[in-house]
Amino acid sequence: MGQTISEKIISNHVGNKVYAGELVISDVDGCMASDTTGPLTIKAFKAMGGKKVFNPEKCALIIDHAAPSPNERIANLHKMMRDFAKEQGMRLFEIGEGICHQVMVENQYVKPGDIFVGADSHTPTYGALNAFACGVGSTDLAAVMMTGKIWLKVPQTIKVHCSGKLQDGVTAKDLILFLVGKITVSGATYQAIEFCGEAFEGLSLASRMTIANMSSEMGAKTGIVHPKGLELDYDFSGITPDDDAEYIKTFDFDVSDLEPQVSAPESPDNVHNISNYEGTKINYAFIGTCCNGRLEDFNIAAKILKGKKIHPDVRMVIAPASQSVLLDAISNGSMTTLIEAGASLITSGCGPCVGTHQGVPADGEVVISAANRNFRGRMGNPKSNIFLGAPSTVAASAIEGKIVNPKKYLI
Amino acid sequence: MSTINTKIEAKAHVYGDHIDTDRIIPGKYTKTLDLSTLANHVLEDLDPNFNKIVQQGDILVAGINFGCGSSREQAPLALKQSGVSVVIAEDFARIFFRNAINIGLPVLEIGKHNIQKGAELSIDLKNGKVTDLSANKTYAATKLPDIMIAILKEGGLVNYLKKNGTYTL
Repeated sequence: MGQTISEKIISNHVGNKVYAGELVISDVDGCMASDTTGPLTIKAFKAMGGKKVFNPEKCALIIDHAAPSPNERIANLHKMMRDFAKEQGMRLFEIGEGICHQVMVENQYVKPGDIFVGADSHTPTYGALNAFACGVGSTDLAAVMMTGKIWLKVPQTIKVHCSGKLQDGVTAKDLILFLVGKITVSGATYQAIEFCGEAFEGLSLASRMTIANMSSEMGAKTGIVHPKGLELDYDFSGITPDDDAEYIKTFDFDVSDLEPQVSAPESPDNVHNISNYEGTKINYAFIGTCCNGRLEDFNIAAKILKGKKIHPDVRMVIAPASQSVLLDAISNGSMTTLIEAGASLITSGCGPCVGTHQGVPADGEVVISAANRNFRGRMGNPKSNIFLGAPSTVAASAIEGKIVNPKKYLI
Repeated sequence: MSTINTKIEAKAHVYGDHIDTDRIIPGKYTKTLDLSTLANHVLEDLDPNFNKIVQQGDILVAGINFGCGSSREQAPLALKQSGVSVVIAEDFARIFFRNAINIGLPVLEIGKHNIQKGAELSIDLKNGKVTDLSANKTYAATKLPDIMIAILKEGGLVNYLKKNGTYTL
């Protein structure tokens, strides 16, 4: 019987052919925790009798959710992480080095065909690399660090096939918002998603990361992009599904006419064509996060903002997904363009997306954000409203002080 | 010896669908190891009164996709610390579901239900039965995989691994 990508990757790890529904205990190729989940992970690791992590080369801690520390309580949690990493001989990514998912990919902690477990819900991002990656909580992660293994149920898979090429000015973010709107926030719960078809084949690694990242907004255990068209700096052999693989559901969309999308408050699946919300006044524009804080995102924003100023009633915050992204955006001039236009650059990290510091909106304010979540209170104030869109939409809206279709700035 | 009560009788606090982890415990309060801080802010953006009215042993009841969003284990920890003894929902988001079991907070999926706010419920965890005493109706919960039952019996994954050293299916 044919296998899906997830079934193949898990089979390769457990040494026999497994199919959806089976419970397995699998070896893990890598794991990580952030400063939201890491301290509880360390506490659980010690409580369960952990002495040494299973392999310090395959474990990492990242300080990204509240970096640099905004208060003494968090400063002490960061210290706890630094001390643990030193004691274990494992790498700790310091403040400003970047967002966990970005640095895991950049530093090759995860590669095609791997099983990776991260204590962060957006761990499926590595599905861009054709890896099986899933998010867990702190105690599960502590167990992975101790044993090098995880128990899981081989998931059923939803196949998402998109034909057609995206129009100019329409990006991977618009595509994934469209899909979240169609599949809904619980449409893939406990399941894997496979993304395939022409619309994904021409996408860069960064765009594929945007796609796989929002698998978690559909409840998926993992979201894997078909490797066709994937280009990496190193040699790899992609895992493809068998022709007779069994899917629980198949979606087929022609996306050649797709227009830019926005997700309106207060759920990521409240997705609409941008024309439905054009003219909505905004106070705050944000580009960054594990979803859209990469070089191509700042490049497209810079293309739109080149020689222009953001609207006087709008403030704009930008947070590169890593130091490496920041340095590249400095080298190619995008960063200068954005700062000259009026954007405020903050430390690489999760920043405003998790509502801890670095840009909490005021009561009644409206945010246009390139992030992946717009739940009530997400950015730290339950009395504000968050719209999600592509970096291009955020940049164009920042110029006009209202939600606008970015196409006119790009074509 | 189980560290979880297998028979629970208590009052239900009933909420709707898609209660995300930001509503269970906002991100700004998650960076702490102090469980009482978590409990002080539990569900505050959904129901600011919850923390004042919840009694030790009470039951939280919700609709579909409970606990969607972030992987923060602080969400089930906040509920448990506030006194919630079990969470019942039509279904759960997967990370929340694992996290709850891992910290020893029982969770039961019972599909579509009509449990009303304030209802008195009787829960038989061992047999996966939820009885709404106020409406005289019984719901059968989806059976947990054996490994989750084993983890829950130990009161969570920490104790399970302390005892066994590794997983067994």
